[in-house]
Amino acid sequence: MRIGVITFPGSLDDVDAARAVRLAGAEPVSLWHGDHDLKDVDAVVLPGGFSYGDYLRAGAIAARSPLMADVVAAAHGGLPVLGICNGFQVLCEAGLLPGALTRNSHLHFRNRDQGLRVERADTAWTTSFEQGQQIVVPVKNGEGRYVAADADLDRLEGEGRVVVRYVGGNPNGSSRDIAGVTSADGRVVGLMPHPEHAVEALTGPSTDGLGFFTSVLTAMVAA
Amino acid sequence: MSQVVVDVVLKPEISDPQGQAVLGALGRLGHTGVRSVRQGKHFVLEVDGDPDEAELRQIAETLLANPVIEDVELHLPARTTD
Repeated sequence: MRIGVITFPGSLDDVDAARAVRLAGAEPVSLWHGDHDLKDVDAVVLPGGFSYGDYLRAGAIAARSPLMADVVAAAHGGLPVLGICNGFQVLCEAGLLPGALTRNSHLHFRNRDQGLRVERADTAWTTSFEQGQQIVVPVKNGEGRYVAADADLDRLEGEGRVVVRYVGGNPNGSSRDIAGVTSADGRVVGLMPHPEHAVEALTGPSTDGLGFFTSVLTAMVAA
Repeated sequence: MSQVVVDVVLKPEISDPQGQAVLGALGRLGHTGVRSVRQGKHFVLEVDGDPDEAELRQIAETLLANPVIEDVELHLPARTTD
Protein backbone atom coordinates (compact mmCIF):
# COMPACT_ATOMS: atom_id res chain seq x y z
CA MET A 1 0.00 0.00 0.00
CA ARG A 2 1.37 3.40 -0.98
CA ILE A 3 0.55 6.45 1.12
CA GLY A 4 1.58 9.84 -0.22
CA VAL A 5 2.93 12.57 2.07
CA ILE A 6 2.78 16.05 0.57
CA THR A 7 5.61 18.51 1.12
CA PHE A 8 4.72 22.19 0.83
CA PRO A 9 7.26 24.99 1.26
CA GLY A 10 7.32 25.29 5.04
CA SER A 11 6.14 21.75 5.85
CA LEU A 12 7.93 20.51 8.99
CA ASP A 13 6.49 17.12 9.85
CA ASP A 14 6.54 15.40 6.47
CA VAL A 15 9.50 13.20 7.51
CA ASP A 16 7.79 12.14 10.73
CA ALA A 17 4.57 11.45 8.82
CA ALA A 18 6.46 9.28 6.30
CA ARG A 19 8.09 7.43 9.20
CA ALA A 20 4.69 6.80 10.80
CA VAL A 21 3.41 5.45 7.48
CA ARG A 22 6.38 3.05 7.31
CA LEU A 23 5.93 1.91 10.93
CA ALA A 24 2.27 1.20 10.17
CA GLY A 25 3.38 -1.15 7.40
CA ALA A 26 2.81 0.93 4.28
CA GLU A 27 5.16 2.51 1.76
CA PRO A 28 5.50 6.29 2.11
CA VAL A 29 5.63 8.20 -1.18
CA SER A 30 6.88 11.79 -1.27
CA LEU A 31 4.58 14.18 -3.12
CA TRP A 32 5.50 17.73 -4.10
CA HIS A 33 2.94 20.53 -3.83
CA GLY A 34 3.98 22.06 -7.15
CA ASP A 35 3.39 18.91 -9.21
CA HIS A 36 0.17 17.64 -10.70
CA ASP A 37 1.07 14.05 -9.83
CA LEU A 38 -0.43 11.92 -7.06
CA LYS A 39 1.80 9.01 -8.17
CA ASP A 40 -1.07 6.51 -7.94
CA VAL A 41 -1.02 6.51 -4.14
CA ASP A 42 -3.80 4.79 -2.19
CA ALA A 43 -4.13 7.58 0.40
CA VAL A 44 -2.63 11.00 1.13
CA VAL A 45 -1.33 12.67 4.30
CA LEU A 46 -0.95 16.46 4.58
CA PRO A 47 1.63 17.01 7.32
CA GLY A 48 2.09 19.70 9.93
CA GLY A 49 4.24 22.79 9.61
CA PHE A 50 3.87 26.35 8.40
CA SER A 51 3.22 26.08 4.67
CA TYR A 52 3.97 29.37 2.95
CA GLY A 53 4.88 30.79 6.36
CA ASP A 54 1.17 30.98 7.31
CA TYR A 55 1.06 34.10 5.08
CA LEU A 56 -2.47 35.40 4.53
CA ARG A 57 -4.05 32.68 6.75
CA ALA A 58 -2.70 29.33 7.92
CA GLY A 59 -3.05 26.89 5.03
CA ALA A 60 -4.65 29.41 2.67
CA ILE A 61 -1.99 29.60 -0.01
CA ALA A 62 -1.07 25.91 0.21
CA ALA A 63 -4.74 25.06 -0.39
CA ARG A 64 -4.43 26.72 -3.83
CA SER A 65 -1.20 24.92 -4.82
CA PRO A 66 -1.25 22.79 -8.01
CA LEU A 67 -1.29 19.38 -6.31
CA MET A 68 -4.22 20.38 -4.08
CA ALA A 69 -6.49 20.55 -7.14
CA ASP A 70 -5.68 16.87 -7.72
CA VAL A 71 -6.16 16.04 -4.02
CA VAL A 72 -9.59 17.72 -3.96
CA ALA A 73 -10.71 15.86 -7.10
CA ALA A 74 -9.39 12.51 -5.80
CA ALA A 75 -10.97 13.07 -2.37
CA HIS A 76 -14.34 13.63 -4.04
CA GLY A 77 -13.75 10.24 -5.65
CA GLY A 78 -13.18 8.63 -2.24
CA LEU A 79 -9.39 8.81 -1.80
CA PRO A 80 -8.61 8.74 1.95
CA VAL A 81 -6.95 12.01 3.02
CA LEU A 82 -5.57 12.86 6.47
CA GLY A 83 -4.64 16.42 7.40
CA ILE A 84 -2.56 16.92 10.53
CA CYS A 85 -2.29 20.40 12.11
CA ASN A 86 -1.25 22.62 9.18
CA GLY A 87 -2.60 19.84 6.94
CA PHE A 88 -5.99 20.20 8.68
CA GLN A 89 -5.83 23.96 8.09
CA VAL A 90 -5.10 23.31 4.40
CA LEU A 91 -8.05 20.90 4.08
CA CYS A 92 -10.42 23.46 5.62
CA GLU A 93 -9.09 26.19 3.33
CA ALA A 94 -9.48 23.85 0.35
CA GLY A 95 -13.13 23.26 1.25
CA LEU A 96 -12.69 19.51 1.85
CA LEU A 97 -13.54 19.92 5.54
CA PRO A 98 -15.98 22.34 7.20
CA GLY A 99 -15.05 25.14 9.58
CA ALA A 100 -11.77 26.99 10.03
CA LEU A 101 -8.78 27.16 12.37
CA THR A 102 -8.05 30.52 13.96
CA ARG A 103 -5.67 32.12 16.47
CA ASN A 104 -5.71 30.34 19.84
CA SER A 105 -8.05 32.07 22.27
CA HIS A 106 -5.18 32.71 24.74
CA LEU A 107 -2.88 33.88 21.90
CA HIS A 108 -0.06 31.55 22.98
CA PHE A 109 1.54 28.71 21.09
CA ARG A 110 0.59 25.57 23.02
CA ASN A 111 2.85 22.52 22.97
CA ARG A 112 2.00 19.56 25.20
CA ASP A 113 0.85 15.96 25.40
CA GLN A 114 -2.90 16.03 24.89
CA GLY A 115 -5.73 13.71 25.82
CA LEU A 116 -8.27 13.00 23.10
CA ARG A 117 -11.48 11.01 22.95
CA VAL A 118 -12.17 9.15 19.71
CA GLU A 119 -15.77 10.03 18.85
CA ARG A 120 -15.87 8.18 15.54
CA ALA A 121 -14.11 4.83 15.15
CA ASP A 122 -15.53 4.19 11.69
CA THR A 123 -13.78 6.74 9.46
CA ALA A 124 -11.05 5.66 7.05
CA TRP A 125 -8.43 6.87 9.58
CA THR A 126 -9.86 5.70 12.93
CA THR A 127 -11.02 2.07 12.64
CA SER A 128 -8.04 0.88 14.74
CA PHE A 129 -9.61 2.63 17.74
CA GLU A 130 -12.64 1.83 19.86
CA GLN A 131 -15.53 4.26 19.93
CA GLY A 132 -14.98 6.48 23.00
CA GLN A 133 -11.35 5.37 23.45
CA GLN A 134 -9.10 7.93 25.13
CA ILE A 135 -5.65 8.43 23.64
CA VAL A 136 -2.69 10.77 24.22
CA VAL A 137 -0.79 12.46 21.39
CA PRO A 138 1.19 15.72 21.24
CA VAL A 139 -0.51 18.95 20.26
CA LYS A 140 1.51 21.98 19.11
CA ASN A 141 -0.16 24.97 17.52
CA GLY A 142 -0.72 28.71 17.64
CA GLU A 143 -3.72 28.77 15.32
CA GLY A 144 -5.62 25.66 16.32
CA ARG A 145 -8.90 27.09 17.56
CA TYR A 146 -11.59 25.28 15.56
CA VAL A 147 -14.51 27.59 14.74
CA ALA A 148 -17.65 27.53 12.64
CA ALA A 149 -21.05 29.21 12.88
CA ASP A 150 -23.19 27.74 15.68
CA ALA A 151 -25.71 26.39 13.18
CA ASP A 152 -22.90 24.61 11.30
CA LEU A 153 -21.50 23.18 14.55
CA ASP A 154 -24.97 21.85 15.42
CA ARG A 155 -25.22 20.26 11.99
CA LEU A 156 -21.74 18.67 12.28
CA GLU A 157 -22.57 17.27 15.71
CA GLY A 158 -25.90 15.99 14.41
CA GLU A 159 -24.20 14.25 11.49
CA GLY A 160 -21.52 12.75 13.77
CA ARG A 161 -18.73 14.56 11.96
CA VAL A 162 -16.60 15.21 15.07
CA VAL A 163 -13.85 12.55 15.00
CA VAL A 164 -11.76 13.48 18.05
CA ARG A 165 -12.43 15.80 20.96
CA TYR A 166 -10.03 17.27 23.53
CA VAL A 167 -10.23 15.80 27.04
CA GLY A 168 -8.35 16.97 30.13
CA GLY A 169 -8.34 20.57 28.95
CA ASN A 170 -8.89 22.40 25.68
CA PRO A 171 -5.48 23.64 24.45
CA ASN A 172 -6.65 26.44 22.15
CA GLY A 173 -10.28 27.40 22.80
CA SER A 174 -11.74 25.24 20.03
CA SER A 175 -15.53 25.30 19.83
CA ARG A 176 -17.07 22.38 21.70
CA ASP A 177 -13.58 20.91 22.37
CA ILE A 178 -13.38 19.78 18.73
CA ALA A 179 -9.91 18.48 17.83
CA GLY A 180 -10.76 16.88 14.50
CA VAL A 181 -13.58 16.47 11.99
CA THR A 182 -14.39 14.31 8.98
CA SER A 183 -16.02 14.66 5.60
CA ALA A 184 -19.57 13.38 5.11
CA ASP A 185 -18.24 10.11 3.64
CA GLY A 186 -15.72 9.55 6.47
CA ARG A 187 -12.77 9.37 4.03
CA VAL A 188 -11.23 12.80 4.72
CA VAL A 189 -10.15 13.51 8.30
CA GLY A 190 -8.38 16.54 9.75
CA LEU A 191 -7.12 17.05 13.29
CA MET A 192 -4.88 19.56 15.04
CA PRO A 193 -2.99 17.09 17.32
CA HIS A 194 -0.05 15.13 15.89
CA PRO A 195 -0.51 11.35 15.78
CA GLU A 196 2.72 11.01 13.77
CA HIS A 197 4.64 12.15 16.88
CA ALA A 198 3.18 9.31 18.96
CA VAL A 199 4.26 6.19 17.11
CA GLU A 200 7.32 5.04 19.10
CA ALA A 201 7.89 4.78 22.86
CA LEU A 202 11.34 6.39 22.55
CA THR A 203 10.11 9.70 21.17
CA GLY A 204 6.38 9.94 21.88
CA PRO A 205 4.17 10.09 24.96
CA SER A 206 2.43 6.93 23.67
CA THR A 207 2.13 4.88 20.51
CA ASP A 208 -1.55 5.79 20.19
CA GLY A 209 -0.94 7.83 17.04
CA LEU A 210 -0.04 4.76 15.02
CA GLY A 211 -3.72 3.80 14.97
CA PHE A 212 -4.53 6.55 12.46
CA PHE A 213 -2.02 5.11 9.99
CA THR A 214 -2.95 1.44 10.51
CA SER A 215 -6.65 2.30 10.15
CA VAL A 216 -6.28 3.47 6.59
CA LEU A 217 -4.61 0.19 5.58
CA THR A 218 -7.77 -1.62 6.72
CA ALA A 219 -9.93 0.96 4.93
CA MET A 220 -8.04 0.40 1.68
CA VAL A 221 -8.33 -3.38 1.93
CA ALA A 222 -12.06 -3.03 2.52
CA ALA A 223 -12.51 -0.58 -0.38
CA MET B 1 -3.77 51.37 -13.61
CA SER B 2 -6.34 51.61 -10.85
CA GLN B 3 -6.36 50.88 -7.20
CA VAL B 4 -8.79 48.52 -5.50
CA VAL B 5 -9.07 48.14 -1.74
CA VAL B 6 -10.30 45.01 -0.02
CA ASP B 7 -11.08 44.99 3.72
CA VAL B 8 -11.39 41.70 5.54
CA VAL B 9 -12.68 41.32 9.11
CA LEU B 10 -13.72 38.35 11.21
CA LYS B 11 -17.48 37.78 11.24
CA PRO B 12 -19.13 39.25 14.35
CA GLU B 13 -19.86 35.79 15.78
CA ILE B 14 -16.18 34.71 15.59
CA SER B 15 -14.27 35.84 18.67
CA ASP B 16 -11.18 37.95 18.03
CA PRO B 17 -8.52 37.37 20.71
CA GLN B 18 -6.08 39.70 18.95
CA GLY B 19 -8.61 42.53 19.07
CA GLN B 20 -9.27 41.73 22.74
CA ALA B 21 -5.53 41.96 23.48
CA VAL B 22 -5.45 45.41 21.87
CA LEU B 23 -8.49 46.42 23.92
CA GLY B 24 -6.70 45.25 27.08
CA ALA B 25 -3.65 47.36 26.21
CA LEU B 26 -5.83 50.42 25.57
CA GLY B 27 -7.41 50.00 28.99
CA ARG B 28 -3.96 49.87 30.63
CA LEU B 29 -3.02 53.05 28.75
CA GLY B 30 -6.01 54.84 30.22
CA HIS B 31 -8.23 54.80 27.13
CA THR B 32 -11.14 53.48 29.09
CA GLY B 33 -13.76 54.81 26.68
CA VAL B 34 -12.93 52.24 23.99
CA ARG B 35 -15.54 49.49 24.30
CA SER B 36 -14.43 47.02 21.63
CA VAL B 37 -11.64 46.39 19.10
CA ARG B 38 -11.99 44.11 16.08
CA GLN B 39 -8.92 43.74 13.89
CA GLY B 40 -8.72 42.73 10.26
CA LYS B 41 -6.74 42.99 7.04
CA HIS B 42 -6.58 45.76 4.48
CA PHE B 43 -5.41 44.85 0.97
CA VAL B 44 -4.50 47.40 -1.68
CA LEU B 45 -4.44 45.96 -5.20
CA GLU B 46 -3.10 47.81 -8.20
CA VAL B 47 -4.66 46.43 -11.36
CA ASP B 48 -4.17 47.10 -15.03
CA GLY B 49 -6.90 49.14 -16.73
CA ASP B 50 -10.42 49.38 -15.38
CA PRO B 51 -11.01 46.90 -12.57
CA ASP B 52 -13.23 43.93 -13.43
CA GLU B 53 -15.60 43.87 -10.47
CA ALA B 54 -16.62 40.22 -10.92
CA GLU B 55 -13.01 39.06 -11.08
CA LEU B 56 -11.99 41.18 -8.07
CA ARG B 57 -14.94 39.93 -6.06
CA GLN B 58 -13.86 36.38 -6.86
CA ILE B 59 -10.28 37.17 -5.75
CA ALA B 60 -11.57 38.72 -2.54
CA GLU B 61 -13.99 35.94 -1.68
CA THR B 62 -11.90 32.93 -2.68
CA LEU B 63 -8.39 33.90 -1.59
CA LEU B 64 -8.12 37.17 0.35
CA ALA B 65 -10.91 36.19 2.74
CA ASN B 66 -12.15 32.88 4.09
CA PRO B 67 -15.95 33.27 3.88
CA VAL B 68 -16.39 30.63 6.60
CA ILE B 69 -15.10 33.06 9.22
CA GLU B 70 -14.57 36.43 7.54
CA ASP B 71 -16.59 39.20 5.93
CA VAL B 72 -15.13 41.04 2.98
CA GLU B 73 -15.70 44.56 1.61
CA LEU B 74 -14.58 45.50 -1.87
CA HIS B 75 -13.88 49.19 -2.60
CA LEU B 76 -13.63 49.98 -6.29
CA PRO B 77 -12.37 53.37 -7.46
CA ALA B 78 -15.10 55.88 -8.29
CA ARG B 79 -15.81 55.86 -11.99
CA THR B 80 -14.72 59.00 -13.82
CA THR B 81 -16.34 60.06 -17.04
CA ASP B 82 -14.05 61.63 -19.54
